[in-house]
Amino acid sequence: MIDAAFGTPLPAPPLRVAGSSRIEHARAVLATVLDPEVPVVSVVDLGIVRDVGEDGDSLVVVVTPTYSGCPATEVIEASIVAALDEAGLGPTRIRMQRAPAWTSDWISDAGRAKLRDYGIVPPAAVDAVKEAPLRFVPRAVAPLVCPRCASTDTERLAAFGATACKALWRCRSCGEPFEHFKSI
Amino acid sequence: MQSITVSSHPSVQYLLRIGDTCLILAQRLAEWCGHAPIVEEDIALTNMALDLVGQARAVLTRAGQLEGELGGAPHDEDQLAFLRDERDFRNCTLVELPRGDFAVTMLRNLAVAIFLELLWQRLEGSSDGELAAIAGKAVKEARYHREHAADWVVRLGDGTEESAARLKAALELLWPYFAEIFEADAVDAEADASRLGPRWADLHDDWRARLTAVLAPAGLSLPAERAFRSTGKSGRHSEHLGYVLAEMQHLQRSFPGGVW
Repeated sequence: MIDAAFGTPLPAPPLRVAGSSRIEHARAVLATVLDPEVPVVSVVDLGIVRDVGEDGDSLVVVVTPTYSGCPATEVIEASIVAALDEAGLGPTRIRMQRAPAWTSDWISDAGRAKLRDYGIVPPAAVDAVKEAPLRFVPRAVAPLVCPRCASTDTERLAAFGATACKALWRCRSCGEPFEHFKSI
Repeated sequence: MQSITVSSHPSVQYLLRIGDTCLILAQRLAEWCGHAPIVEEDIALTNMALDLVGQARAVLTRAGQLEGELGGAPHDEDQLAFLRDERDFRNCTLVELPRGDFAVTMLRNLAVAIFLELLWQRLEGSSDGELAAIAGKAVKEARYHREHAADWVVRLGDGTEESAARLKAALELLWPYFAEIFEADAVDAEADASRLGPRWADLHDDWRARLTAVLAPAGLSLPAERAFRSTGKSGRHSEHLGYVLAEMQHLQRSFPGGVW
């Protein structure tokens, strides 16, 4: 199978475990479908996959978008359909569900660990930032822990980064830039 | 390619006002790609444009579905974006004004983000489930945009003599166009009656308080009310929108149905 985003070969999907249902097998396959922009975490790790079910002959995968304009959304949907086809589980229909809105709180613990290992600081719990009052002076943003050297002597360079979901930071101790997965 | 005719039903018109305001501001922000003063802002402005395009797509899609549900011809998001004439766009005139300098862009972003954050918050309770779902996502994005713009407005106003003068000039330029957002009319009243969404006039006091609170540390206060009212929400636009649409619609008009 070919990755829809990069044209690179993907590992073979997991084989069906004896005695497991079509839906259980599909969930195992989905756990191997990677986000095209952060290709270490799966769509399951990110909490994009909300449900897997069956409707007649079709598998129905319910997904929720991370950001309104995330350009990866369509690639992700195509990757999901391709992976399930590859595993012989299709036909698959994708159902997009907007409510409840995706939050970075849905990223799994395993997903957070993978992000950190990849050099992206995972998001803090949203409650801490959600109802923050309006602030009208340049804000001192709470420092993050550098994913490379663990220093807390870090600063935010930009509120926006290379993808909709990330901000750009740097570490003053080791001098390296790093990314932060925004809490939203 | 021939233009489409869109339903004049007030609920459709209300959705077009939201979708078009997001879409045209996105188009203006995208103009900064490759031109912002620093690369971080280049990325920030285009990221915000992307969020706004996403919001516009969702709202225009819903508007086009609603046309069908009301017994007319349904339209998809692309038809609504690319095949409507200038007079059928319903964005506030404010967002179609030229991007100006960085101060104009940031002050406009602040005014619009404060407004949209208040609007999306109220739309989370819309009687239209799809619109409420769109709002639940968009409100988080508007909040992030507002924080970014507020930081810059304070920084420019409280910065050098040059940046403060630019911001002051931006306020004088844009101020006459803010009032239109909150002008009440039948479309607004109908949306309120059907619980589709709030009257935008009802958001004015909160908007004004929040804007004032950012402008104060930037060394500015709101100018006096003017009699001038722009009229983009009802389709009578400034001379600038036609040029925006010419660029935005050119491909679909010249090569109908063309896809990537």
